Amino acid sequence: MELIIKNGFVYCPQNDIDGEKMDICVKNGKIVESVSDNAKVIDASGKIVMPGGVDPHAHIAGPKVNIGRTYRPEDSKKAAAKFKGGRAGSGFSVPSTFMAGYNYAKMGYTTAMEAAMPPLLARHTHEEFHDTPLIDHAAYPLFGNNWFVMEYLKEGDIDRCAAYASWLLKATKGYTIKLVNPAGTEAWGWGGNVHGIHEPAPYFDITPAEIIKGLAEVNEKLRMPHSIHLHCNDLGHPGNYETTLASFDVPKGIKPNPAVGSRDTILYATHVQFHSYAGTTWRDFESGAPEIADYVNKHDHLIIDVGQVTLDETTTMTADGPMEYDLHSLNGLKWANCDVELETGAGVVPFLYVPRAPVPSVQWGIGLELFLLIKDANKVCLTTDHPNAGPFTRYPRIKAWLMSNKYRMEYIEEKLHSWAQRRSSIATIDREYTFYEIAQVSRSTPAKALGLSDVKGHLGVGADADIAIYDINPETTDPSNDYMEIEKAFENASYVLKDGEIIVKDGNVVKTREHGRTYWVDTQVEEDIYQEVLADVERKFKQYYSVNLENYPVQDAYLPKSAPVKGVML
Amino acid sequence: MSEIILTPLDQPEVPLEASNIKPDVFAGKTIEEIKNIEILHGNTPVKLSDFFEVTGESSKNPAELKIIIDGDVDRTKRIGEGMSTGEILIKGDVNMYVGAEMKGGKITVEGNAGPWAGQTMMGGELEILGDAGDYVGSSYRGDWRGMQDGTIIVHGNAGNEIGEYMNGGKIIIKGDVNIMTGIHMNNGLIIVEGNAIARVGAEMAGGTIVVKGIVNEFLPGFEYLGVEKDIEVDGQTIPGAFYKFLGDHAIKGAKGTVYVAVRGNGHIVP
Ligand SMILES: [Zn+2]
Repeated sequence: MELIIKNGFVYCPQNDIDGEKMDICVKNGKIVESVSDNAKVIDASGKIVMPGGVDPHAHIAGPKVNIGRTYRPEDSKKAAAKFKGGRAGSGFSVPSTFMAGYNYAKMGYTTAMEAAMPPLLARHTHEEFHDTPLIDHAAYPLFGNNWFVMEYLKEGDIDRCAAYASWLLKATKGYTIKLVNPAGTEAWGWGGNVHGIHEPAPYFDITPAEIIKGLAEVNEKLRMPHSIHLHCNDLGHPGNYETTLASFDVPKGIKPNPAVGSRDTILYATHVQFHSYAGTTWRDFESGAPEIADYVNKHDHLIIDVGQVTLDETTTMTADGPMEYDLHSLNGLKWANCDVELETGAGVVPFLYVPRAPVPSVQWGIGLELFLLIKDANKVCLTTDHPNAGPFTRYPRIKAWLMSNKYRMEYIEEKLHSWAQRRSSIATIDREYTFYEIAQVSRSTPAKALGLSDVKGHLGVGADADIAIYDINPETTDPSNDYMEIEKAFENASYVLKDGEIIVKDGNVVKTREHGRTYWVDTQVEEDIYQEVLADVERKFKQYYSVNLENYPVQDAYLPKSAPVKGVML
Repeated sequence: MSEIILTPLDQPEVPLEASNIKPDVFAGKTIEEIKNIEILHGNTPVKLSDFFEVTGESSKNPAELKIIIDGDVDRTKRIGEGMSTGEILIKGDVNMYVGAEMKGGKITVEGNAGPWAGQTMMGGELEILGDAGDYVGSSYRGDWRGMQDGTIIVHGNAGNEIGEYMNGGKIIIKGDVNIMTGIHMNNGLIIVEGNAIARVGAEMAGGTIVVKGIVNEFLPGFEYLGVEKDIEVDGQTIPGAFYKFLGDHAIKGAKGTVYVAVRGNGHIVP
């Protein structure tokens, strides 16, 4: 299959292409130098061409997402869709699996990652991937409150911890080392939480700082494609920016050591908007984003995603169990809560980000401050921590906010509580993102951070032919003023190609049942240590787990398009 | 007032969904146009005239229009859903969701109504002369934002979870109710003239419930405040002696009031 996309304005930051009018050639699912005269032609003149979008952090598959769906029928009522030739679906903040795949595709996204997989429930997560069509994906197993991890790290045994991580990544077909409120979710099992990064987990007597540092070392030892993926402690608490800055400092000095890709950072901090709060209570709450942005500007060992508040009614869900309890106490809405034996926990609570209310309006400002105060778009990824700060279907609106000061001021002056301008600096920032920067935060930056920059997030020769074409003419459209056009165009791509196949045309999904790839990391560690750790695992399964070890690993059959990413020997 | 008469033909086994049967939609249309109004048979769009004979005279102004359904529509759901004005008279039984999300006007059901009558009602009046099913005047499944305003009167009995998450308005059940009347109620008034089995006002945070009949079991989360005579609710006096309770203290800061008739209920006071 050959295809040529003619005359589009191409934005490909990884290859320094900034709106150049050029052709993109596709053959057998990959981008190539040239094609024959028989190639099918897509006329992209007057349109923008970008690599397929990459979402590095969303919650789209697995048990907590499914709890969100089942206990929020009122969310399903808010959005329902029928796709011609595809599966119907419903859900605004927690869309059904098929609808999630279609909605991503419509916006020109071709890769989206599930950012929190309880290892014990990995099978459920992969089952939902199976029903989430079109997009490539991976799941991040949770390590930050895992008993094995805490014990090995307590003993200072990085090698055994690495061997365990290697086994767990294989067993769950997981992609990263994910930490959520390290030590805090375990503390929640005892009815508490940890505060700051130096308060130890009960019984295990290990601090968040020790877990973060230890797992960062494990991560580089295993030569992982992605760095550790950290959801800091104290999420959503006024004054937490200090904890955040202290956490950022913890792994400093460790050398990045990926076996694939071109990652040069050792820490990925997620939904940093929720971690950039100053003040001491919700009464004197204000933005701490300038301090955070300043740190990111001055350091090169980390990269962040934002978790932008979109001012919608949504569903919060996280492995940060104690935080969800706090939220439920705050808004009084229904609360689901779960402990996953030996591994992690989770909570789910609906949330209304009311624009006229003081706190959400500041949260909105904080997210945009992070985007706009961090100077280099190579250090920021666009996310809403879907669905926590808002549904991923709002990405087009966020892009329009970033590109238009006028659009932001319209919100600040007409829709938001005055706290937005009094408690954050957003009203004073007039920077506007360019299309190039939009392509960075939604394509090249996340692809590189994930270690997938060889094949994702760019349009150079050899990349997967994941391509989005938007009906925006950068020569005649002024995003500053025509922000509604920008939002609309990013909502409904003219064309989306996945592995060289047209999956969206004129905003409609035309290919409805194709499976995406499942990326997972296949690392190798020294055999002796691996066997010793396996014996440990076997013993603990007999002692503590309610399932047999033999029933635990995810079989290969669960991954119709398995895409192992290799690590190497220790 | 102009009248449109819908005579039900055979009611199908797969139910109809007919939120388009309301004066807001019928007003300003000719009989022919009304015949062509779309309703759903299962998930298939069909014409109103496929299942109803349409006669009478329409009006430009929906407030001046009365729709009369001349017979049982026990397989038709959502009649009058979201209506804002005018009248509907159903001379028989009706299926689920009659008057759901109703904002104004009046619906009268001469027979029985299925579950979810007057769900999340915003205003207007819904009167059911027969029995009603579960969830009269309740919120949508899962939602915590229930009935806001309006009045529902059921002359017969009603089922479980009447007025769930009620935030305002009035529900009067002249017969008996099953369990969990006024569950999660925040505001408004529910009067049960007959008996209530158990769990009246479960987790209510505010609002008022009056039970004139017998309550078999009463929740322990309520504080007993003593006997009050000829109680004053919603600007009217209800004669008789009532035990007064405050709760449900299963909820923090709850300020709901439940009155239960003294007669026959000695077993529920401490
Ligand atoms: Zn998240």
